Amino acid sequence: MNNILKKSSSFYDVYERRPGADKLTTTYCPGCGHGVLHKLIAEALDDFGVREKTIFISPVGCSVFAYYYFHTGNVQVAHGRAPAVATGIKRAHPHSVVISYQGDGDLAAIGTAEIMHAANRGEGITVFFVNNAIYGMTGGQMAPTTLIGQKTMTTPRGRTVKNEGFPICMSEIIATLKAPVFVERVMIGDTKSTMHTRQTVRKALKLQIEKNAFTFIEVLAACPSNMKMTPSRSRQWVKEVLADNFPLGVKKDISEEFEPKDLSRMVVKNSELHDTLKLETAKVDSEKIAPYQEKMINEEIKVAGFGGQGVLSLGTVLSEMGMRHNYEVSWLPSYGPEMRGGTANCSVKISKKKIGSPLVANPTVLIAMNRPSLDKFEHDVISGGLIIYDDSLIDRKPTRDDVDIIAIPATKLADELGNTKAANMVIVGALIEYKDLMSQEVVLESLGDVLKRKNLIELNQKAIIRGAEFIKNLKK
Amino acid sequence: MAKQFLKGNEAVVKGAILAGCRAYYGYPITPASEIAHAAALYMPICGGTFIQAESEVAAINMVYGAASAGERVMTASSGPGISLKQEGISYCAGSELPCVIVDIVRGGPGLGNIAPEQSDYNQVVKGGGHGNYKVIVLAPNSVQEMCDLGMLAFDLADKYRNPVYVLTDGFIGQMMEPVEFPEPIEKIPEKSWAVKGTDETSDNLITSIELDPDDLERHNQKLQQKYAIVKEQEQRAEEYRTDDAEIILIGYGIVSRILQTVVDKLREEGVKVGMLRPITLFPFPTKSMTELAKSAKFFLTVEMSNGQLVDDVRLIIEGKIPVYLYNRMGGNVPSIKEIHDEVMKLMRLS
Ligand SMILES: Cc1ncc(C[n+]2csc(CCOP(=O)(O)OP(=O)(O)O)c2C)c(N)n1
Ligand code: SF4
Repeated sequence: MNNILKKSSSFYDVYERRPGADKLTTTYCPGCGHGVLHKLIAEALDDFGVREKTIFISPVGCSVFAYYYFHTGNVQVAHGRAPAVATGIKRAHPHSVVISYQGDGDLAAIGTAEIMHAANRGEGITVFFVNNAIYGMTGGQMAPTTLIGQKTMTTPRGRTVKNEGFPICMSEIIATLKAPVFVERVMIGDTKSTMHTRQTVRKALKLQIEKNAFTFIEVLAACPSNMKMTPSRSRQWVKEVLADNFPLGVKKDISEEFEPKDLSRMVVKNSELHDTLKLETAKVDSEKIAPYQEKMINEEIKVAGFGGQGVLSLGTVLSEMGMRHNYEVSWLPSYGPEMRGGTANCSVKISKKKIGSPLVANPTVLIAMNRPSLDKFEHDVISGGLIIYDDSLIDRKPTRDDVDIIAIPATKLADELGNTKAANMVIVGALIEYKDLMSQEVVLESLGDVLKRKNLIELNQKAIIRGAEFIKNLKK
Repeated sequence: MAKQFLKGNEAVVKGAILAGCRAYYGYPITPASEIAHAAALYMPICGGTFIQAESEVAAINMVYGAASAGERVMTASSGPGISLKQEGISYCAGSELPCVIVDIVRGGPGLGNIAPEQSDYNQVVKGGGHGNYKVIVLAPNSVQEMCDLGMLAFDLADKYRNPVYVLTDGFIGQMMEPVEFPEPIEKIPEKSWAVKGTDETSDNLITSIELDPDDLERHNQKLQQKYAIVKEQEQRAEEYRTDDAEIILIGYGIVSRILQTVVDKLREEGVKVGMLRPITLFPFPTKSMTELAKSAKFFLTVEMSNGQLVDDVRLIIEGKIPVYLYNRMGGNVPSIKEIHDEVMKLMRLS
């Protein structure tokens, strides 16, 4: 084994990483399939001249120390996760040749999710799956590929269908997916089958090198130690028994028609990043906002209503506009199930002072867009505060007599403007007019920067003006 | 004050990209999902990768791969997802891989709820996974800090070759505030240890396995030395009106925002109270804490967890002064009034 391994220059000459005195032989048992497969891979890497480009992933299992041997970039990973790690590496270095090397416990038990999804994404990696029908490293427990009737440490009376189900055929499963390009089950049995495996290993790696194709090679191999067989007997068993249960052959091959996959990323200059990230900052018109700089604003606003009434955006528009008046602002939504129930609310703080908690428990202003919101929050409003409610939708008056109350038919007014959805902006207009919070001119001018739906800007501007007019008329 | 108004969950992604992060691997979970949304939107067009992984387990292992490859990489999640990532984070710590994990904490245990809690404190600050390791933990309390500390996280991760958490709660993730973004960093530090598919890196090995007990002990000792340096050099805390304070309120994340208001209110009432806000949870700000304990009558720790933070405060204070706890759980956020009244009650007691 040792001699075979040392032949390839993709192996280290001396296994310096191996602890202990013996730096020349591998840790694999005589007759183990891993050693042979290692050799076939190393030889292919040599022949294709890709040793330097290769990143080999050692799994958890008997091949955990593959990095003692391979003179390539090496990454040792958690049990079953090699395809996920391979994904992260290949995406970072698309030019590299990434090998995910795994045993049957690793790939077909604990790591089924990772292999299925890496395969399904068609990651540009090569997976070598060593199926020896047993857990080697941990001392001969059942693998998902253990045969019916096969005795292992955890199936002492033999695997039964009743208790453990059937051996899992990973190649057939992977071949049902669309993205994999080449899937084959081979074996390390006699010389002939090993020579065929050599060809398959080469084909798979070449498909990664040339086309970034996802390939999956299942290698039936022997674990003589746990099978308690001699090396030659165990190979015979692979050939006669294991291969009988796991049919050899190509399960999928679309390598001819598969177009090389370009994994390169977009090139974006640092100087373009601020634009790409849309980091445009809000314009502040110091002249127009000058009258508002002396005001001692400290509003804690609760906006509440049905989902779909634009409650959250009413809050963000107020905050965004506050920011354009050099106020400190914060916006906090109710989120999650609270929203799914059909009601939504948000807390908005607009202040000249630094904002502590963003949560509004006792609002200075309550904006109630539906009846449940009025019912829920009316009594939280501070004495001397303000309640604005949409009386085109809410069929009762607030009962508080220690607060200001504005009944505004916001929905009706919005309908008159042609779109119910603008009711929230009618209220924005009303509030800033009533409290003289902000410059209406600035608000109207910046609305385009703030709203996502650009086709609704004009309508919403009209709504704000309409809301303000309503208040002016009230004041008259 | 030319700023942009956006969510904490979005600010952390934009900051990350400015910090040179070009890979995001994650699995959706409320209240962290907007981080994935923003990463999906921006990573690819900024020259990076975004993948919605099949699970948090896969996501953190993709992070492990990208970090091995020398990339600045991040993931984000919340309670249950962080639990699933723990094995992978232990591997990252063992293999000394720099990466950034954002945890927008929700209510637990189990599925709990999606309201803000701080109950991931132990599983994040104490490591959470197996083995003798530590992760650096930054605790932003504003949207601006989601950007700033998020960016710092990448620097610290590279500096110490260690996972770094940005730990905050649903409120800080979900809320919107004005943010000012800095210029992008020029270049990420050279990582000669990474595997890059090049000749120069073909002798590099990323691993956490050390079979020989002496070797593994040496590795552990090396890690502990690194953590000792982190403890010495990276403590960060904010003190608010602590100058003549006799009472110190302690809290991080959203709680500190509330405490700030409580302090102002009590100060108006003539109570000499201040706040200490840990910005780093590991390293724990022991220096400012011991200093403040010299002149304070008592500490009150306020948290949205079952005393996970107060345990650490008490360890530092060692009974020198009383350290009290006021906490809420289940997604309830302590109100200004509750904390105010608690302070008044404790003042009467002491
Ligand atoms: C999370 C976790 N669970 C369990 C183990 C223990 N373990 C190590 S190797 C192994 C089985 C490996 O079997 P296989 O993948 O078939 O590889 P082989 O040893 O046969 O090459 C197990 C269960 C582990 N390291 N990590
Ligand atoms: S236990 Fe089995 S799989 Fe492991 S090295 Fe020995 S023969 Fe190979």
